[in-house]
Amino acid sequence: MSWFLPHGASTYAADIDFIYYVILVVTGIAFVVVEAGLVWFAIKYRARPGRKAAYTHGNMRAEVIWTAVPAVTVIAIGLMSGGVWRSVKSESGIPANALSYRVTAKQFEWNVTYAGPDGSLDTADDFTIRNQLHVPVYRPVVVRLRAEDVIHSFFIPAFRVKQDAVPGLNTHVWFEAMETGEFDIACAELCGIGHTTMGATVTVHAAEDFDRWVASQATTTALR
Amino acid sequence: MANAQAAAMVSPGGRELGSGVYNEKLGMWVFLGSEVMFFTALIGSYVILRFATPDAFAAPNAILNVPLTGVNTFLLICSSVTMVKAFAAVHDGDQRGLRIYLLATLVIGATFVGVQVYEYIHLVHSGFIPAGYAEGSHLAERAAAGELPPSIGIYGSSFYAMTGFHGFHVTMGVICMSFVTLKAFRGKYTRSDHRGVEVIGLYWHFVDLVWIILFTIVYLI
Amino acid sequence: MATTAMPHDTAHGETHELPFIRKYIFSTDHKTIGVQFLLMSLLFLFVGGLAAMMIRWQLGFPDTPLPGGALLPETMAPGGFLLPEFFNSLVTMHGTLMVFFAIMPLLVGVFGNFLIPLKIGAPDMAFPRLNMWSFWTAVPAGIIMLSGFFVEGGAAGAGWTSYAPLAANGEYTGVYLGQQLWLLSIALLGLSSILGATNYITTVVNLRAPGMTWFRLPLSIWALFITAILVLLAIPILSGAAIMLFFDQTIGTHFFDPTGGGQPLLWQHLFWYFGHPEVYILILPGMGVVSDVIANGSRKPVFGYHSMVYAIIGIAFLGWLVWGHHMFQSGMNPALGMTFMVSTMLIAVPSAIKVFNWMGTMWRGNIRFHVPMLHAVSFVAMFVIGGLSGVFMASTPVDIYFHDTYFIVAHIHYVLFGGSLFAIFAAITFWYPKMFGRLMNPALGRVHWFLTFVFFNMTFWPMHNLGVGGHMRRIYDPNQYAFLQPLAGTNRFITISALLLFTSQILFAVNFVVSWFKGAKASHNPWEDNGLEWTVPSPPPHGNFSATPTVLHGPYEFSSPLVQDADFLPQSRNLDALPARPAGE
Repeated sequence: MSWFLPHGASTYAADIDFIYYVILVVTGIAFVVVEAGLVWFAIKYRARPGRKAAYTHGNMRAEVIWTAVPAVTVIAIGLMSGGVWRSVKSESGIPANALSYRVTAKQFEWNVTYAGPDGSLDTADDFTIRNQLHVPVYRPVVVRLRAEDVIHSFFIPAFRVKQDAVPGLNTHVWFEAMETGEFDIACAELCGIGHTTMGATVTVHAAEDFDRWVASQATTTALR
Repeated sequence: MANAQAAAMVSPGGRELGSGVYNEKLGMWVFLGSEVMFFTALIGSYVILRFATPDAFAAPNAILNVPLTGVNTFLLICSSVTMVKAFAAVHDGDQRGLRIYLLATLVIGATFVGVQVYEYIHLVHSGFIPAGYAEGSHLAERAAAGELPPSIGIYGSSFYAMTGFHGFHVTMGVICMSFVTLKAFRGKYTRSDHRGVEVIGLYWHFVDLVWIILFTIVYLI
Repeated sequence: MATTAMPHDTAHGETHELPFIRKYIFSTDHKTIGVQFLLMSLLFLFVGGLAAMMIRWQLGFPDTPLPGGALLPETMAPGGFLLPEFFNSLVTMHGTLMVFFAIMPLLVGVFGNFLIPLKIGAPDMAFPRLNMWSFWTAVPAGIIMLSGFFVEGGAAGAGWTSYAPLAANGEYTGVYLGQQLWLLSIALLGLSSILGATNYITTVVNLRAPGMTWFRLPLSIWALFITAILVLLAIPILSGAAIMLFFDQTIGTHFFDPTGGGQPLLWQHLFWYFGHPEVYILILPGMGVVSDVIANGSRKPVFGYHSMVYAIIGIAFLGWLVWGHHMFQSGMNPALGMTFMVSTMLIAVPSAIKVFNWMGTMWRGNIRFHVPMLHAVSFVAMFVIGGLSGVFMASTPVDIYFHDTYFIVAHIHYVLFGGSLFAIFAAITFWYPKMFGRLMNPALGRVHWFLTFVFFNMTFWPMHNLGVGGHMRRIYDPNQYAFLQPLAGTNRFITISALLLFTSQILFAVNFVVSWFKGAKASHNPWEDNGLEWTVPSPPPHGNFSATPTVLHGPYEFSSPLVQDADFLPQSRNLDALPARPAGE
């Protein structure tokens, strides 16, 4: 039962994790203060014969303090979060050299369309593979998400990636993997009977391996 | 008059009321707050859908019979006037005026519903249904010929939902109005206590107001 | 205007002449209707809990047949193994039943009805017959909801949020009729809630006893009043949306179905525009009753009464501006995410005011830990956790990871169970003597509180850790994913804790039922409280007050130096020649 996030393997994972740990510490302090205070008051001010409670209706200064401190804290957290949010989610945050993919979600599979050797989508050399996303390491990729039937949510825990794929709407998500290897893709939005089985794999290749892999796939698709 | 107001401002228990407005009237105002939100959800959805997919909407006069509904709108506004007259009559103790104007309101309201039902039958017959064009209908042929937008499912959906729910509210109003009218004919409303007339009047004016908004955004714009 | 003797006194004295069906079934007495709501919603609480147990079993022990699962038909659990479609129905119905048919009626239906007239000094609601209809609309809504389990295709399976297009077309879930019944039931329940809210608002505004000024209202009534306004304005949006979705399923409209040009996100906007005020509908009354109970237990006036009132109003107002925080990952414009993050963060402020003021109330008190007080303090302790975990999801980047994971499940249960349900236990145990004229067994009550508190935390605390591990919500078999397999042990631990938590509630059921018939007779004022309801017999007669009370004091004048013979001061007690001092000044 850990409070540490699993190992992050994308460039912005560290930024997101940092905000998480800041919030964890801040809320942890608030948690300890309040719970300890409650226990302390419960013991110290428990009813005893002959005692009478203090008659007070409040204290303006104390109330101003405990209004202001949380207000300042949460606004600081908000400001800190804003920058990361924009760079991860806004269209302008997508790096210019990002490699394009299209992922089309449907019950219950992720169909990944690759741009092929020419590097652009919707051309003749595109090819599509079910439930397998192959990306190069240290190269930003942008995934254009579509859904054919219901809403699905494209979730790669290790990359801190999550974005709904909505039918009739074009959404996107970008990331840059920092490690080679295989990572889980899951669907995070209830999408029907097979929701739980809607998993896929993202494979991160070293740059030269990736080019080889694309070339081999393009050939096999062309032969088909 | 002062006596009438005073009597209206205390509960049966004889106590002073917090708002100075008798329960039924306050309750109706509160309930209308809820109704505002209900129609906001419907009208808001219509506005969003129309902005998001303008191509799915036909021009108002392409499919709908705007002059007919215009007349119907005029009728409904008239019924608000007769409602005001009914209230004024009972306020002055004019029982005959109350009965005549309530009956007029009731008849006009029922006519409005009747005209709307006629409109619906006519529209469905021509091929305009909640799902869009009915297959093989006259309108579907016109759409195929390029005279109308190719697909108007959203238009049909929001047209029938909004006007239908308004029609349902008028129907409810007509049913309640017939009870009030019946009570008026039995002489149950007096100069000092005519709460039922005032409360149904509030509802009636509200429904009328909603229709003016709906007519504007669905039939005119 | 002089307040004269109430003519209904004599009329209401003859209640014993009412036939059984008018007195107990189609009663217009707010107290009877409150008890009717109580019995109905406790039943739904049980059914919702049963659904939760089946969900937990599947998540903890996916390879072992459900104990007793053989009793379920083949369409639900062949051989005792839950089918995924039945699992989805359980997840949907658990959420729906708990939110709409257990917590909401328990707080609003039960205590709104029972407390408002008694605490403001009114003989009944403004519209007693409307009140009866409110209950008798909720009952068929509940029956329709449950009937989903018995129709072909099973109960609704698109989650309690019924996101379109999943919920808009039976082809996507395999559930046709069940989904339509769900929507009908929600629309009908909406009508019931709106009727109730209209009644509560009118009653509080119009029927307060002489001297019961706005700032002498107990915080429970303030909270119920503000909640009624939220119900009045939020529920019709859900009703409108539910009817549109119903039309999408039945008559071929395309509001939310993109194949016909509709907008799936429109449903989410409508649902959450209702849904976030709904969250406060589910917690504000709990905050109100807990304020009453903590002041009583601490024998002290509520700390900062006025700011408590403004915090309730502040939370209710902010509740309308934050719905988008449920939709950060939905494809909504990311720029909107910034706005919703800020408004959401601000909710921490009134929430913090409330928590610190409850602590301030206990500070230098003379705390009596009766059973209601134990539950009320637990409410504060657990609500804090639910509030703090909310900060994680409010932060948009952190929400990328936590959205739709068990972190959210932990959060909502710390607020709805740790918060609302502990408040409900506090309220039931506190007002039980007034409702039934008998005391609940305190020893049994303490054991029930202790076990509930311990097992609650053992169940829901580790769900945070599941969320930190990336565990998605609403999945049928977590072991499908390599990254979730290390969490299987945690899942088993949670399931065992949940079963213990559920079993512990037998103590409450036994205490509730046995005390009704065998409990010690309750006096007028067993908790030595100040509210007007404690000046009348337990249970109060039809019409409540033999003469309209005149309110002279604020609601929380405990340990007032003006009183020598006791540490409490009933709101209507006339301190002889001494001038009455208004509270909070």
